[in-house]
Amino acid sequence: MHTAVSRGTAVKSMSEIVPPEVRPKPAVPAKPTHVVPSANVPHVHGSGAAGQGSGGGSTLLGYVGIDTIIEQMRKKTMKTGFDFNIMVVGQSGLGKSTLINTLFKSQVSRRSSGWSRDEKIPKTVEIKSVSHVIEEGGVKMKLTVIDTPGFGDQINNENCWEPISKYINEQYEKFLKEEVNIARKKRIPDTRVHCCLYFISPTGHSLRQLDIEFMKHLSRTVNIIPVIAKADTLTLDEKTEFKQKVRKELEVCGIEFYPQKEFDEDQEDKSDNDKIRETMPFAVVGSDKEYQVNGKRVLGRKTAWGIVEVENPNHCEFSLMRDFLIRSHLQDLKEVTHNIHYETYRAKRLNDNGGLHPVSSSNDTQESNL
Amino acid sequence: MATSDVARQGERNARPLSLSGHVGFDSLPDQLVNKSTSQGFCFNILCIGETGIGKSTLMDTLFNTNFENFESSHFEPRVKLRAQTYDLQESNVRLKLTIVNTVGFGDQMNKQESYQHVVDYIDTQFESYLQEELKIKRSLHNYHDSRIHACLYFIAPSGHSLKSLDLVTMKKLDSKVNIIPVIAKADTISKSELHKFKIKIMSELVSNGVQIYQFPTDDETVSKINTAMNGHLPFAVVGSTEEVKIGNKMVKARQYPWGVVQVENENHCDFVKLREMLICVNMEDLREQTHTRHYELYRRCKLEEMGFRDTDPESKPVSLQETYEAKRQEFLQELQRREEEMRQTFVQRVKEKEAELKEAERELQGKFEQLKRLHMEEKSKLDEKRKSLEDEMSSFSKKKAAAELLQGQAFTANSNLKKDKDRKNSGFM
Repeated sequence: MHTAVSRGTAVKSMSEIVPPEVRPKPAVPAKPTHVVPSANVPHVHGSGAAGQGSGGGSTLLGYVGIDTIIEQMRKKTMKTGFDFNIMVVGQSGLGKSTLINTLFKSQVSRRSSGWSRDEKIPKTVEIKSVSHVIEEGGVKMKLTVIDTPGFGDQINNENCWEPISKYINEQYEKFLKEEVNIARKKRIPDTRVHCCLYFISPTGHSLRQLDIEFMKHLSRTVNIIPVIAKADTLTLDEKTEFKQKVRKELEVCGIEFYPQKEFDEDQEDKSDNDKIRETMPFAVVGSDKEYQVNGKRVLGRKTAWGIVEVENPNHCEFSLMRDFLIRSHLQDLKEVTHNIHYETYRAKRLNDNGGLHPVSSSNDTQESNL
Repeated sequence: MATSDVARQGERNARPLSLSGHVGFDSLPDQLVNKSTSQGFCFNILCIGETGIGKSTLMDTLFNTNFENFESSHFEPRVKLRAQTYDLQESNVRLKLTIVNTVGFGDQMNKQESYQHVVDYIDTQFESYLQEELKIKRSLHNYHDSRIHACLYFIAPSGHSLKSLDLVTMKKLDSKVNIIPVIAKADTISKSELHKFKIKIMSELVSNGVQIYQFPTDDETVSKINTAMNGHLPFAVVGSTEEVKIGNKMVKARQYPWGVVQVENENHCDFVKLREMLICVNMEDLREQTHTRHYELYRRCKLEEMGFRDTDPESKPVSLQETYEAKRQEFLQELQRREEEMRQTFVQRVKEKEAELKEAERELQGKFEQLKRLHMEEKSKLDEKRKSLEDEMSSFSKKKAAAELLQGQAFTANSNLKKDKDRKNSGFM
C-alpha cells in the first residue's frame, strides 16, 4: 500500500474501505440441443487449384463446443495483458492529475507535492509520459499517462497543440515502422494514444478559442473526450446550460468528439452512444481524500458548505465518466484508434511516399506520377 | 514469449502500482470478447486424404451437421481442392467455417505433383492476406480470413507405416500449416495393432523431421490435458452420421454384424479427444499460430524474395519505405532509359526513311529531266522538219507563182497575136 499523503487532515490510505464491486461472472452458455444457423446456397466449382463455394449450414444436432472459443479467447487475452495510453490536456490547475488518480484509484500521476509552485511553468508544451502496471481481477494492464504541462499557459498560445500533435503522430509512426518490418515482433508494443481527455475550464460561458483550436486540429487524429473540470463551481442549471452551449459550439465547428457519430456500427450502438453524447462533456470533480458521509467513507471534497461526493451521481458525473471510459468503452477506444485513426495516418503516410505495394509497383508508381 | 516481453518491459519502464479500490478494467476481456462475438469468428480446416477415406463423414460428425457433400470419383486427372463455407451458430457465437477438401488426392498414377496443388492453395490464401495488409486503404478487421488454421491429414489404416506420399506431403506442409495427423477408419484396426501403428507413425515423423502441431502446454489451465493429448497423437477416429440405439439412447455409431462401434465412446476411438482438442480447447491457439508463425514466415520469405531487407549491407536498419523508394527510383530510371531508347530508335528510323525518300526523289527527278530532254529534242526535230516543210512550201509557191506569171504573159502575148491576126484578117476584106 502506498504511503498516505500527510496534509494535516485525517486521511487514510484507500484500502478496502470502498469494497470492490463484485463483477458478475459471465454466464456459461447452456449446452443447447438445437441451434439454428444461417444457411447459404451451396455452390461448388472445383476448377483449377481451388474452388470457393459457400455451403448451407444445417441444423446442429447436439452440442459441438464452438462457443468455448469465447473462453479460449478470454484466457489468451488475460495472459498477454493490455496496454492503455491516456493523454490529459488542459491548462494548469484544472485538476488533471487529481482526476487521473481518482480514476485509477492510485497515485498514477505524479503531482508536484503540496501544490507548491516551485516547479516553473514550462516555456513550451512538454510531453511527459509515465507508465505503470496495474492489476485487477487477474487482468494486467500497462497504463501510460501522458501529461502535457505548459499547454495553454503561455501568453502567446498559438500553435500550442503542435507538440502534442507531433507526439501523437510519432507514436503512429513508431507503430507503422514496426508493422512494416520484414521480421516483425510477435506483439508490437502499442504506444499510440488511445484517448485524450481535454479539460475545459468551468467558466460557464462558452469554449475558449484555445479549446476550439485544439480540438479542431486533433479531433481527427485521436479520440478526444472533453470534460468540464472542477465542476463543483457550477450549479445544476449553469451546468446544463454550459454543456448545451459547448455541444452546440463543437457542432458548429464541425468537431466530433468520441464516440464519433460516423463510427457507430449498428442501431444498438447508435442509440447507446446517442445517450452518452447527450450527457457529454462530463462535468467531473476529482479527489483522492476520503471523508465520512452518512456512515460511509467516500471520496470527496470538503468545503465550508458541505462535502462534494465524487462518486455520487447527483453531485457530479465522475462515476458516469469512469463507467463509460473504463468499464464499457475501453476496448472500443483502442479499436477506434487502431482501426480508424491509425489507418488514416498510415494511408496518408504511404500515399505521400508513393505507396507501399511491392507486388504491383508499376501500377502504383504510375498512379503517383499522375 | 510475449508475456515475458511485456513483463520485462513492464519492469523496465513501468512500475507496478497497487490499486486502492475497484477501478473496473477487469471487464476488459469481456469487452474484447463481446466485440469479437459481434463480429463473428472464422475457422478454416483443410482435410487431406485419399478419396473415400472418410473426410467428409468426419467433418459431418465433428460439427454435428450434415454438410451437403457428394462423393467424388476416383478418376480425377489432377488433385483439386474444394472449399465450402458454412455459417454455424451456437448460443451467441457465430462461426464462419470453411472446410477445404482435397479431391483426387492419391488417385493418380504419378503422384509427384499431388502435394503441389495443396501447397499452392495454402500459399494463395496467405498471399491474398498479405496483399490486403499491404494495401494503402485496407480494412483488415472486416477481412474474411481464408488462411488455413488446421490441416487434418488422414492416414490410411494399413497398420504398417506411413506411405511415402504421406511423408512427402506432410514434410512440405509442416512449415505452412498446423498439421494434425489422424488415422482414418480406425475401426479396421485392432487395439494392439493400433498402438504399434501409432508408435511407428510418430517415430517416422520424428525421424523425417516433420513438425506436426503440438498442443500448447504453457498455459497452466490447459497444459495437463494438452500434454496428455500430445501423447495420443495421431488420433484414431471413426466417423458416422448414422445413429444406433444403445441401451435407451441414440448414439452415433457404425453397426456391424459383430458389434457396434460407438463414435463417442473413448474406448472405441479417439473421436472425442479430437473434438476436444480441435474445437473446445485449442481453436484459438490454432488461429494464433497460423497468424503469428506460419503467416509471418510466409510474409518474411515473400518480402525477402522481392528484395526487401530490414538492414542494408552496412547493417544499418533500412526501412521498407526507403527500400521501396530506392526500387521506385530504379524503376523510374529504367522507364526513362527505355523511353530514351525508343526515341532514339524512332529518330533513326525516321532518318533512314527520309534518306530513302530523298533517294527516290532524286531518281525521279533524274528520270523527269531525261524525259524532258528527250521531249525537247523531239520538239526541236519537229520544228526543223516543219521549217524545212515551210521552206519547201514557200519555194514551191514561189515557183508556182513564177510559172503562172509566165503562163499569163504567154497567154496575153497569144491573145495579142490573135487579135492582131483577127484585125489583119478583117482588114483584108
